[in-house]
Amino acid sequence: MNRLDEVFQQKKANILSVYFTAGFPGLTDTIPIMTHLQDAGADIIEVGIPYSDPVADGPTIQESNQAALKNGMNLRLLLQQLKDVRKQINIPIVLMGYFNPVMQYGIERFCQECHELGVDGFIFPDLPMQMYLDEFKEAFEKHGLHNIFLITPQTSDERVRAIDKNSDSFIYVVSSASITGAKTGISSEQEAYFQRICDLKLKNPTLIGFGISNQETFEKACKTAHGAIIGSAFIKVLEHSKDLKTDIHNYIRSVKKAHENIIH
Amino acid sequence: MEYNVNDKGFYGKFGGAYIPEMLYPNVAELRDTYLEIIQETAFQEQFYYLLKHYVGRPTPLYLAERLSEKYKAQIYLKREDLCHTGAHKINNTIGQILVARKLGKKSIIAETGAGQHGVATATVCALMGMDCIIYMGSHDMERQKPNVERMKILGATVIPATSGSKTLKDATNEAMRHWINHPQETHYIIGSVVGPHPYPAMVALFQSVISDEIKMQLQQQIGRENPDYIIACVGGGSNAAGAFYHFMDNKDVKLVAVEAAGKGVNSGQSAATTALGTMGILHGSRTLLMQTEDGQVTEPYSISAGLDYPGIGPLHAHLFDTKRATFYAVTDENAMKAGIALSRLEGIIPAIETAHALAALDEMQLQPHESRYSPQQARRYYSSNRDCPRPGCTR
Repeated sequence: MNRLDEVFQQKKANILSVYFTAGFPGLTDTIPIMTHLQDAGADIIEVGIPYSDPVADGPTIQESNQAALKNGMNLRLLLQQLKDVRKQINIPIVLMGYFNPVMQYGIERFCQECHELGVDGFIFPDLPMQMYLDEFKEAFEKHGLHNIFLITPQTSDERVRAIDKNSDSFIYVVSSASITGAKTGISSEQEAYFQRICDLKLKNPTLIGFGISNQETFEKACKTAHGAIIGSAFIKVLEHSKDLKTDIHNYIRSVKKAHENIIH
Repeated sequence: MEYNVNDKGFYGKFGGAYIPEMLYPNVAELRDTYLEIIQETAFQEQFYYLLKHYVGRPTPLYLAERLSEKYKAQIYLKREDLCHTGAHKINNTIGQILVARKLGKKSIIAETGAGQHGVATATVCALMGMDCIIYMGSHDMERQKPNVERMKILGATVIPATSGSKTLKDATNEAMRHWINHPQETHYIIGSVVGPHPYPAMVALFQSVISDEIKMQLQQQIGRENPDYIIACVGGGSNAAGAFYHFMDNKDVKLVAVEAAGKGVNSGQSAATTALGTMGILHGSRTLLMQTEDGQVTEPYSISAGLDYPGIGPLHAHLFDTKRATFYAVTDENAMKAGIALSRLEGIIPAIETAHALAALDEMQLQPHESRYSPQQARRYYSSNRDCPRPGCTR
């Protein structure tokens, strides 16, 4: 069974998904960061495939992409690093990135290798729904890989429903009209948008991302969605970290603090 | 219509709209409405009124006699440099700002390489009283300072793009990010035939006035509407798209596209996309681009800021793929030489972008028999068919 399906079956609220860029801060930090995230209590890990031109990302993630590429990270190396990942990591792994490197790698080969490694799904911000349906769905599904779509405050209800219909995993609810890391905090206007999405009673679970950085924003997001995604804020933790293990544990604990008490 | 965009936004294998969901509503709105807007009578009237009285169209089609003699051919220059603001870019910015107004947008953003598109955008924003932000690579801002000053005088805010090679590609990334952050009020005027569908098709359509005029002017001047060759430089490819547009389906007209080879196609410092590129996704369309084996976009190089781009519009990728157009790559050095040569033969100093197209004449080895009319004949025909008043003319 796909581990994303498992997570959403077992857990209905307060799901924390964390993004980091592979190859950042160090080329070989990929597996250690994943291990620390799992141990610290993350529910899903999003591994970023670095790209030269990440148009949907703000300065923090742009810089982590540049640094990772400079460190020598590329898609082939990332897949090599993930070779034995399932010996250590049992929570869902999602690869996130821009579509061009994957296209160059070869879609079929990429999907097959990801399946063998135990990857559960993909997020490609620049692969729109129609392109996915027309050309790539078949390959993804054949290898049991879920494709995760984004929706934004500007996405019409009609399109949200179409995306829901064509999704087989969670829906990534982008919290505001912005690139990553552009805004912090959640306004009442954003909360109204989250409520609107919640009221649509979608068949797939939702995770809210962009602007989630701490306990307060995580909790606000969890009120109307199944959980939330942290990206830029976590990259900043890594950027300044001298001790990855301690810093990752402290950060994740600080975000999830309230829930640990309430749930258990 | 073999070379036009299909209803899914593709030119053969190339095109489409690979954009983040954040941009979907804007791009979809444009895709669903632009043709209807452009075809409205009021739009057409205003567009052509401005092209005539504001831009100064039609631009001359000038028989360059001394250049013709040099190459033993009959060479005409389509003088887009005589457009208001000094380049063809304004044909597109006028069209797009009228579309933006129709869509109720309040502010305009654009990317620019050489600064010509930035100036053309700042100009129409001033004309229409709209806010204007131009993204420009910080490296380009250095080498094109006069254009930066012009944009500022026109009231635009110029924001340097400091990532990557600090040129056109990076300016385009920054403009897209701005659009993601301000989707509702803003229209993004892309300056070339690149970007997600419908941009390549829309920009080509606005620039098609160039080939429309060439046809009419050739008919008036030499009694035939089709040339043997159309030669144009290609960065993203907007002037080439405009010059080719009405000739694409007529295979008697050979299309020649000229890219920037920089310091040499294989020097590692080049922008010759069709020579070095492979299929991939850049700025929202599937096209030919210069990239590493790993799919990272390569930093291009050319002396010409307007050609310093790692991709090419999907239409041109298709023309290349189907061999409808012949592509040449011209080095910095040869472009400079051709530019100086034209200046001294004709008293016309071309843009360094255009000079690349002129340099291709050296490589094309035109055969005298291909030129069906001598310059002398052409001049006689032109004099007997002139439609403008002249001193002593009693007509």
